[in-house]
Formats: sequence, structure tokens, C-alpha cells
Amino acid sequence: MPTETGREPAVFDMVDESDLIRVRKVLRTEAEATGLNLVDTTKLITAGSELARNILNYATGGRGRIRIEQVYHQGRRGVRATFADDGPGIEDIDQAMTDGFSTRGSMGLGLPGARRLVDDLTLTSAAGSGTTVVIVKWQR
Amino acid sequence: MTDDVVPVMQIGDTLLVALQGDLDDTTVIRIEEQLTREVSQTSATGMLIDVSRLSVVDSFIARVLARIVAMVRLLGAQAAVVGIQPAVAITLVELGVPMGHLDTALNAEQGLALLRRLRRGDTGTD
Ligand SMILES: Nc1ncnc2c1ncn2[C@@H]1O[C@H](COP(=O)(O)OP(=O)(O)OP(=O)(O)O)[C@@H](O)[C@H]1O
Ligand SMILES: [Mg+2]
Repeated sequence: MPTETGREPAVFDMVDESDLIRVRKVLRTEAEATGLNLVDTTKLITAGSELARNILNYATGGRGRIRIEQVYHQGRRGVRATFADDGPGIEDIDQAMTDGFSTRGSMGLGLPGARRLVDDLTLTSAAGSGTTVVIVKWQR
Repeated sequence: MTDDVVPVMQIGDTLLVALQGDLDDTTVIRIEEQLTREVSQTSATGMLIDVSRLSVVDSFIARVLARIVAMVRLLGAQAAVVGIQPAVAITLVELGVPMGHLDTALNAEQGLALLRRLRRGDTGTD
């Protein structure tokens, strides 16, 4: 998708906990630049925080790649964020997307909760080949 | 490690803590440890945690907040979370974080009133 403002996407590696703060900061900058309202900005940042923490918790070495950018579709502006890792992957995606399912005894609401907070969430994964989650939040 | 991470104010027998900034997980855990120390080392019978300057509360921070409140109660005091921003509250509900069992108030003043009621064992609202 074109980035008509010429704004470069923010691309960086996720290596440790401090990158969680970076993810939230960049998401806020892009959400504000895109003109998302306060509630939608807060929802986007929170969803991103959950997905970034999943990389820290589940990906090999807690490492992954983040890409955050503005997108346009049919005259609407939005923010798209991609969370990719080369970790163990997710065997049963439907199960992982279910409220309360967790392989580490946690609340199991990161993925299903993030899906509720954004307009679109796409999860691509296979056991042994990493996980990529893409979320989009559109301006109202 | 006994460094204080957040300033804690004492008003009468109530401790007032204001959280702010973008908190990383380590800081959140250190705040939990500090508050546990403060409650056990003072004669405080209540604690108000002011989150009005937190613009994002994700499931991790929410979980630790709930744990702090439970810990304060276990130590025989009362605790309440005050000033959750509306956008944060909406987000937490949609995320699905169970916060219903937490005692919350709009601001510190109402929080103090809430603590007084809790100390009396009065569960009704005003
Ligand atoms: N990037 C990932 N790589 C591998 N597995 C993952 C990844 N993200 C999530 N999972 C798997 O999906 C499950 C559900 O994730 P979700 O974020 O919904 O819950 P959780 O992380 O277990 O708990 P919570 O987020 O509430 O603390 C996880 O327990 C984990 O097994
Ligand atoms: Mg999670």
C-alpha cells in the first residue's frame, strides 16, 4: 500500500524489554500523525504491547522484528503494525486465539484481546516456522 | 535492592502513590516490591494508587495492579486504584482484563472516601 506522505515505515528489531516501550512510543507517534482519536490510539498501543510481549515471551531468544507504518485504503488512513518472529510458531491458531488459552498459565487474552482492540488482525504461523501478526487500526 | 522507584506520600494513615510515564515491566515489578515494603513498614491502613497519568495500561500492568491491591489487603490494609483514564478503562474492558473486583474511584478525594468506607467494612455506595 502507498505511503503517500512519504513517511518512512518504522522498522526495528525487538531484542529486549526496552523495545516494548519503543513499540508503544512509535505506535503513539504514528497513531497521532494518522489522526486516530484518543480511544483508538490507546487501543492500538495496548494491542501492540500485547503482541510485542508475546515475542519476548515465546519467540526464540525473545527476538523479533517490528514494522509500523501508515496505510491508506479507499480514502481512509490507518496504522498497520507487523510483529514477526522466527520462534517455535503456533500449532493450533484457533486455540491460541481463544480467550483463556495459554501455554504458560497466563490469562490467555493477549491474542484474542488484541483482535478485539483493532479493526483487523491477521496471524500467520506454523509450528517450527515463526509467527507473524499484522494489525490495522483505521481512522474513524 | 531497596531503591525507591516511585514517590509515596503519606496523608494521615493513607499512602498515596502516583504512577506516571511509560513503565517497562521491570519498573512495574520494582514498584510492586517497593509498595509491599512501604505498607509493611508503615502503620498505613490504606493505599491509593493514582493511575491518572498512565496513558496506557496493558494486561501486564493491570495484572500487577490487581496483585498489589490483593497484597495490601493481605497485609491487613485497604487499597484502591484511582483516576483510570476513560480511554484506558474502555481498552481494558475490551481487552478482557478482569478489573471488576478492584475497588476504583474517580480521583484521590473520592478514593479517600472509598477507603474510609472499606475500613468500616461498608460495601455499599454513597
Ligand atoms: N509469537 C508467538 N510465538 C509462539 N507462540 C505464541 C506467540 N504468541 C502467542 N503464542 C501462543 O499463543 C498462546 C496465547 O497467546 P496470548 O497472548 O493470547 O496469551 P498468553 O500470552 O498465554 O497470556 P497473556 O497474554 O494473557 O499474558 C500463548 O500461550 C502461546 O502459546
Ligand atoms: Mg500474551
